[in-house]
Amino acid sequence: MVDNLNAVAVWWFALSQTVLFVLIAPLFTSWVRRIKCYLQNRQPPVLLQPYRDLRRLFAKKVIFAHNASVVFRSAPYIVCGTTVMAAAVIPFLVVEIPIAAMADAIVLVGMFALGRFFLALAGLDVGTSFGGMGSSREMTIAALAEPAMLMVVFTLAMLASSTNLSTIVTYILNQELVIRPSLLFALLALVLVGIAETGRFPVDNPATHLELTMIHEAMILEYTGRQLALMELAAQLKFTIYAVLIVNLFFPWGISQSFAPGALLLAAFALAAKLAVLGAFLAISETAMAKMRLFMVPTFLAVAFTLALLGMLSFIMLESL
Amino acid sequence: MNTYADLPLLQQTIQTLAALVLVSSFALLAQSRVIATIQVFAWQGLLLAVITSLIAWETGLTHLYISAAMTLALKAFFVPWLLIRQARKLGILREFDAVIRPGITLMAAGSLVIFCYNVVLPIQRFTQSITRDAIAISLALVMIGMLMLITRRKAITQVVAFMSLENGLFFAAISATHGMPMVVELGVAFDVLIAAVIFGIFFFHIRDSIESLDVDQLSRLAETDE
Amino acid sequence: MSIFTVLLGTSLCAAFGSGIAALAADRQPAILDWIVFPLLALSGIAAISVCLMMFSDFPGYAVVLPLGLPWLQWHLHIDILAGFFLGIIGIITFAVSLFGPGYLREYFHSDYSLAVLGLATGLFITGMQLVVMADDAFVFMVAWELMSVSSYFLVAYEHKESANRRAAFLYLLMAQIGALFILLGFGVLAAFAGDFSFESIRITTLTPFWAAISFSLGLVGFGMKAGIVPLHVWLPEAHPAAPSHISALMSGVMLKVAIYGFIRLVFDLLGEPHWGWGIVLLVAGSVTALYGVLYALMQHDLKRLLAYHSVENIGIIYIGLGLSIIFFSTGLYTFGVLGLIAALYHTLNHALFKSLLFLGAGAMLARGHERNLEHMGGLIHRMPWTALFFLIGCISISALPPFNGFVSEWLTFQTALQATKLESGVLRAVIPITAAMLALTGALAAACFVKVYGIAFLGQARSRHVRHAREASRGMVLAQGLLAVLCLLFGVLPTVTVAALNRIADDLTGYGVVAATQKGWLWLTPIAPEVASYSAPLILLGVFIAIVVWACLYFYARRRRRIQPEPRKPAWDCGFGPLNSRMQYSATAFAMPIRHVFRSLMRLHEDKVREMDPRLPTHPSALRYQFHADDISWHYLYLPVEALLHAAARRVSRIQTGHLRHYLAYSFFTLLLLLWLIT
Repeated sequence: MVDNLNAVAVWWFALSQTVLFVLIAPLFTSWVRRIKCYLQNRQPPVLLQPYRDLRRLFAKKVIFAHNASVVFRSAPYIVCGTTVMAAAVIPFLVVEIPIAAMADAIVLVGMFALGRFFLALAGLDVGTSFGGMGSSREMTIAALAEPAMLMVVFTLAMLASSTNLSTIVTYILNQELVIRPSLLFALLALVLVGIAETGRFPVDNPATHLELTMIHEAMILEYTGRQLALMELAAQLKFTIYAVLIVNLFFPWGISQSFAPGALLLAAFALAAKLAVLGAFLAISETAMAKMRLFMVPTFLAVAFTLALLGMLSFIMLESL
Repeated sequence: MNTYADLPLLQQTIQTLAALVLVSSFALLAQSRVIATIQVFAWQGLLLAVITSLIAWETGLTHLYISAAMTLALKAFFVPWLLIRQARKLGILREFDAVIRPGITLMAAGSLVIFCYNVVLPIQRFTQSITRDAIAISLALVMIGMLMLITRRKAITQVVAFMSLENGLFFAAISATHGMPMVVELGVAFDVLIAAVIFGIFFFHIRDSIESLDVDQLSRLAETDE
Repeated sequence: MSIFTVLLGTSLCAAFGSGIAALAADRQPAILDWIVFPLLALSGIAAISVCLMMFSDFPGYAVVLPLGLPWLQWHLHIDILAGFFLGIIGIITFAVSLFGPGYLREYFHSDYSLAVLGLATGLFITGMQLVVMADDAFVFMVAWELMSVSSYFLVAYEHKESANRRAAFLYLLMAQIGALFILLGFGVLAAFAGDFSFESIRITTLTPFWAAISFSLGLVGFGMKAGIVPLHVWLPEAHPAAPSHISALMSGVMLKVAIYGFIRLVFDLLGEPHWGWGIVLLVAGSVTALYGVLYALMQHDLKRLLAYHSVENIGIIYIGLGLSIIFFSTGLYTFGVLGLIAALYHTLNHALFKSLLFLGAGAMLARGHERNLEHMGGLIHRMPWTALFFLIGCISISALPPFNGFVSEWLTFQTALQATKLESGVLRAVIPITAAMLALTGALAAACFVKVYGIAFLGQARSRHVRHAREASRGMVLAQGLLAVLCLLFGVLPTVTVAALNRIADDLTGYGVVAATQKGWLWLTPIAPEVASYSAPLILLGVFIAIVVWACLYFYARRRRRIQPEPRKPAWDCGFGPLNSRMQYSATAFAMPIRHVFRSLMRLHEDKVREMDPRLPTHPSALRYQFHADDISWHYLYLPVEALLHAAARRVSRIQTGHLRHYLAYSFFTLLLLLWLIT
């Protein structure tokens, strides 16, 4: 029962929540990098370094290759736009936001796919082999990660009888402490898929520019200035989206179910704490592992798929009575 | 479907650990390093010991505690130690036993799980105890153990496969009937132990006869030429 | 009622008339532009109008024409399902009639006869429309044969090349075998009903055994025409051989007519389905989808690639139909209707985007004279409009929001998710696995179309003709634009489409689904709002808002400091000097990682030939690389069948001994046998 003014306020809140999401994405990346530096006995940069990088890039001049076409020029906007829209539909601080009804989990996967499509096209546009290689590898890894991702979505949807993210979070929030094998396996599978999709160790190395080891960096090699800034922001935002998904879907305690300021503050603190812990775990695992060769990635994703499949099977066999 | 959440926490933990045992058998199937195979087998033994002690706590049957302790001692520590020692003496510890067509093997394992679930369904409908769900998992463990026996070439991984098959039977016993009579339990445990010892002795004999521990080469022992 | 009859008659007669008028095209090519294609356009518009009238609550139309045999006259009946498929035929016919004049300029000075092309096209479209309107088995088979034989002439049009002749022969052979199976299927039904008309077949009930026989015959027969694996082998041969606008018609419409026949047989005529049929369809559809997309990735001939993608999409349609039958047979009628709606939606979508892609390929062939992806490149600079519409086609077929391909895949996934409501535990486990395979297929299709678009349109041109290609003619661009706009429209207005398709399902099965009541037309909530919802118009609105926001920021920043035009510099080349077009990624290289992962499922032949310089024994003068992916159905099914047939034929041919006495003996013994039979 919301009257018009209230509805407008709710939509403004949803919009500002999205803006906040986009703003903290570089901060999360910087946090993970910081922990890695500590583990590797290096001096980390300032915590707000990614913001300075973005500001620097925005001020720089944009240069195009000779045969860059309109696809190359519009890809950063499309990639960043679809990622921001994906960020808008995820329960972040509040569970029930009106935008969340716009897109369910499958649409989320579709929006990432749309961004990736244009990113891969941009890689092929300039006519060099770097871009082609990056696009080819990225599409292969994405194709192999899709079944695992969808199996995770199915397991969650079978549990909560809905593919709507808000409904799933509400369901898990409302049950008391339950240890479900299906959720455990789905969590592991989602972590593995997230690593593959966001291009972290051991699938891709986000810190290097060597053609033997790069996938995402190869596709955005020719970008400069504000377009490179948008691509970088999109990558960081995608990483943060996966982290928030993992944290809010599987450990949703603390998320607020109303718009009261007290609950929102609590939700913000809880989310920050959970993201910090997840980031620390990620940094530790990245430091402990070496990067895999490209043709071991299908095995990695097959493990993710098997885990997700076992999650679904254990739901059907063990949990539905 | 929402009756799962009404189960006591202990039951849920048992179900989760059962699923983890299934994951460990998949991991056994997909491992190609000999040393990793033995380690995963040790973890499987540990998980089974934990499940047995949890069931013992829940049902109050003290003989299951002894069962758990024996499983821990034998399957999680002694047998793996024995196998590693043998393998080191034979010089095969750091070898690889490549899995034939890993993709198809894993898919076959997945379909075996679904098939076993289908087979066990009629039994499940007439029983009360929640641990009957684990019967499907134990049957799947036995099947996956046999699949591993078929798809591996080196003798040592076949021994581990045979042991994991026995693990599946043990799991079926404790989940379906809350343990076997003590005499049977001891008998089975000693059988497995003797089997491990005899295997160890035979490894040396096989290697002396055919200079390899690859079971496909055993056909060299055939007397007729084909 | 009379307007309806007029429209119906127009659509049939205009198509037929365009065929007849084309007979004079050899002497007067201008007839094509002024009479033949406008008649086809008229036929298309009439068919679309019939479809729209059916969807606006027209009660349907039945007529008995005084054609055919005296005791077996032609029954025609238009219900809402027929109207839907007529609409699909109409849209694509209209688009092809816009595309045709520009495309056929190429053939004006060739050795091939334009009259044959025009006549066969007209008969082809007439045949397809008649199939959809048929109300008894006799008309159905006559129209089916008309469709098959006329398309044979179209496939064999450029008969000077032996590859085309072979492809056409294979196509005709499989079409006839398929028609035989369909005839037998109808025969079983007619035997029980005592009559060939669909009216009487609908009211008879068959025993489960014979219903299963009829289902299997129909599956094989219609599947051969639709392209289920392993009956699909004619598709990748025949579709590239035909002229491009005919490929669009065949791939976009003819395959859909086969789907229509199958839906009519199973959902309308056969009555109560059995859940086993659903499983068969589900498995066949999943295998077909994965097979099609994997082989599509291995092709570098653009039209062959698109043909394999048609196989994949037919698989997706069959997955939807299989899910629908499973739910219907277990009593969950709402989800069964949802599956049927998903399949019908995908039928419509595939017709639109596949025709768009084939027309684009035709434009590229007409202007760039290339069909091989490895020789194309940089076409976005030369053919901007074709590039834009082809991009929309690629995005739609990769099932990406907010275009139409995504909506039908979303609906299929939602149907598959309802598997938890089923009783059988095995089905509850198997259906999500097939859905995961569907997800793999969709992602591989996206990879394939990144390859196609990136290699063909982006980068640098790889051959001379492509470097100098011009934009296609206005008609060709207009046709593609029309289809692209429809792709966007059906992606952004899913609630309207689902509501319309719901009426088809309601008419066929008596059950319906709620498209979008609780929250209004903006939200597609086929099951319930809290279960799943998708709002494409709002997403599009979000896109517009984002564009507006960015444009405002851009212009604001532009005013604050002078932004110079962006300079153009060479791409980064590691310091080795300028990059040429040979240094780009090629299509075969792009698909290499996927090829490596799935290599055990295909028969791949790679040949690397190194020619050495005769003067310097260590210096290669040329390196040749040849890659070919063999279709494993040939190797495992068709070649063994052929070997078996040959062996059997050889045995039977022993009768032909060549000795006169043996032949006299044959006559003698036959006479004895007949005399004995009389007694």
